[in-house]
Amino acid sequence: MTPDATPATLAALDVLGRPAPGPSPREFATPKRRAAQAGWNLLWTGVTGLATLWIVMIVVVILGTVILGGWRTVTPTFLFANPAEGMTAGGIFPAIFGTCALVFLMIIAVLPVGVLAAVYLHEYARSSSPLTKLVRFAVNNLAGVPSIVFGLFGLGFFVQFLGRGMDRAMGLDVVFGQPAILWAALTLALLNLPVVIVATEEALRAVPRTAREGALALGATRWQMVRHVVLPQALPGVLTGAILSVSRGAGEVAPILFTGAAYYLPYLPTSPTDQFMELGYHVYVLATQSPDVDLTLPLLYGTVLVLLVLTFALNFTAIFLRAKIRRGMGLGDAA
Amino acid sequence: MPTTPHLLARPIGARRRIGDRIAEFAIAASALATVTGIVLVFVFVLREALPVLTNPEVMKEANPAKFFGPGPWQPVSDLPRYSFWPLLVGMFKATLVAVATAVPIAVLAALYTSEFAPRAAREFLKPVVELLAGIPSVVLGFFALIVLASVVQGVTGSQSRLNALNAGLALGFAIMPVVYSVSEDALRAVPRSYREASLALGASPWQTAFRVTLPAAWAGIFAAVMLGVGRAVGETMIVLMASGNAALVSLPLTDSVRTLSATIAAELAEVVVGSPHYATLFFIGTLLFAVTFVLNVLAGLMVDRMRRHLAGA
Repeated sequence: MTPDATPATLAALDVLGRPAPGPSPREFATPKRRAAQAGWNLLWTGVTGLATLWIVMIVVVILGTVILGGWRTVTPTFLFANPAEGMTAGGIFPAIFGTCALVFLMIIAVLPVGVLAAVYLHEYARSSSPLTKLVRFAVNNLAGVPSIVFGLFGLGFFVQFLGRGMDRAMGLDVVFGQPAILWAALTLALLNLPVVIVATEEALRAVPRTAREGALALGATRWQMVRHVVLPQALPGVLTGAILSVSRGAGEVAPILFTGAAYYLPYLPTSPTDQFMELGYHVYVLATQSPDVDLTLPLLYGTVLVLLVLTFALNFTAIFLRAKIRRGMGLGDAA
Repeated sequence: MPTTPHLLARPIGARRRIGDRIAEFAIAASALATVTGIVLVFVFVLREALPVLTNPEVMKEANPAKFFGPGPWQPVSDLPRYSFWPLLVGMFKATLVAVATAVPIAVLAALYTSEFAPRAAREFLKPVVELLAGIPSVVLGFFALIVLASVVQGVTGSQSRLNALNAGLALGFAIMPVVYSVSEDALRAVPRSYREASLALGASPWQTAFRVTLPAAWAGIFAAVMLGVGRAVGETMIVLMASGNAALVSLPLTDSVRTLSATIAAELAEVVVGSPHYATLFFIGTLLFAVTFVLNVLAGLMVDRMRRHLAGA
């Protein structure tokens, strides 16, 4: 007998399983009461449904505003021209380029570490060991650190401590000890480490046990099993994590405020120690520090639209991939 | 499943073992990098803040007694004053509005998804909420600054276009996805048998939702609210763009406010490295780190406890 079958359910039946004597269910559920309950059900379905609709509306209104305000601005010229006339004209090419370069550097830094950390958590560690618990605790809390604190950390650690230290050690003037795209990318990499770890772990969970056991039974070492059997199967999940972190990295502004983003640069970043323009930061600059609000507004809408299209395209790909993995997991269980 | 014939072909040898060693070392190092990362964040933010606790020269201008004592926030004047009061008031006002507007909506929507919604609606909702979660905060800040502020001013007739109400509403948009998904997880963690027992006893679906499922998941929902508060306290770009950034101590929600997080973003670019002002901003960062850390740990503990409780019941 399952604990779910509580005495209350049993009491309604006699030993032979026939309905026990007493008021029949029909007497409890009088038409009036039933109608009242149906009314309450309808009311609460409506109230909770409206709350849900409200969220959908928020998304629709924000997206609608941005699309309606921005679609006329986004032309090839806008995408491939430099800002002009104190950012009241021209395009946003340096910001697009800077964003791409930034997330490229970030993903190089975060992907290997994040994937290997997830491999540790899921393939190597015993889930009860104190070290595993500590790593999990760190991952969970790293995800909750405010992004502006990452910005402070980037300045305090990468620029002031590491950068200055490297300059001193190499007898350079000021090369590394200043805000740069490298430091901004590393700051974002740390911020996104939990994203990659969580997504990779989910993908690892979807790899069937039998695949691992098969590999080990054939004499593979644990690492060979991970490298040749588990990781290839988990690849879509790893990709999901990478895409999600790129999407988040492209939109975060607070961590790069002091670590490398520039208000305006007439040239593109060519070395890791250069500063750079970035789409999110460009939105902030256009929105708050424009010399001529009316002239800037279309550019602002256009920049926001480009940023949103970029992040959403990435998010949709990630959601799609994840849905595919989840379906794949169902098949794996059945097989 | 990809085939790996070379696994079979390669004999067990020393080379393979060295490769394994290197890989295992890299894996352990990566796992430790997460722990090192969070420790480094705390240590290096605190390190730059230390002068306000240790350096007598700096402490003449800025020290914790002054931070938490009453006064104005006037870091750039002939006689700089560093009281956090206006910033704390601003933070509380914006967070209050965000929590008051976002939490009921998010929790009700989570209830809808887990208790009332038809399957098709559920399938549609998840991606929509993820879409909202995927909107960069600078875009929400832009929306609050350009669009929402005019609406809010039109409705309330407030003097300052950018104010706590406006920033709080936009902050609410940012925390809704977190509160929703953690609440929904909590509601979903309630075993089916609870609902079935309730329905079998003759309770209607709404009675089951409000008197059985919701109470069983309350710890998880409370955790969701704490995570939302943590997110609201730390969120920077939205308040920086939508709050007006005037460091006032006042009651009305329609007054302009400046929060702790926005203060860092607005002022750090212009301060001299090592100055009292610089150390003070890092001290604010340390404070934000500590507050969000505590909220996260507590929320994590509550979720764990709820899961254990439900699993054991």
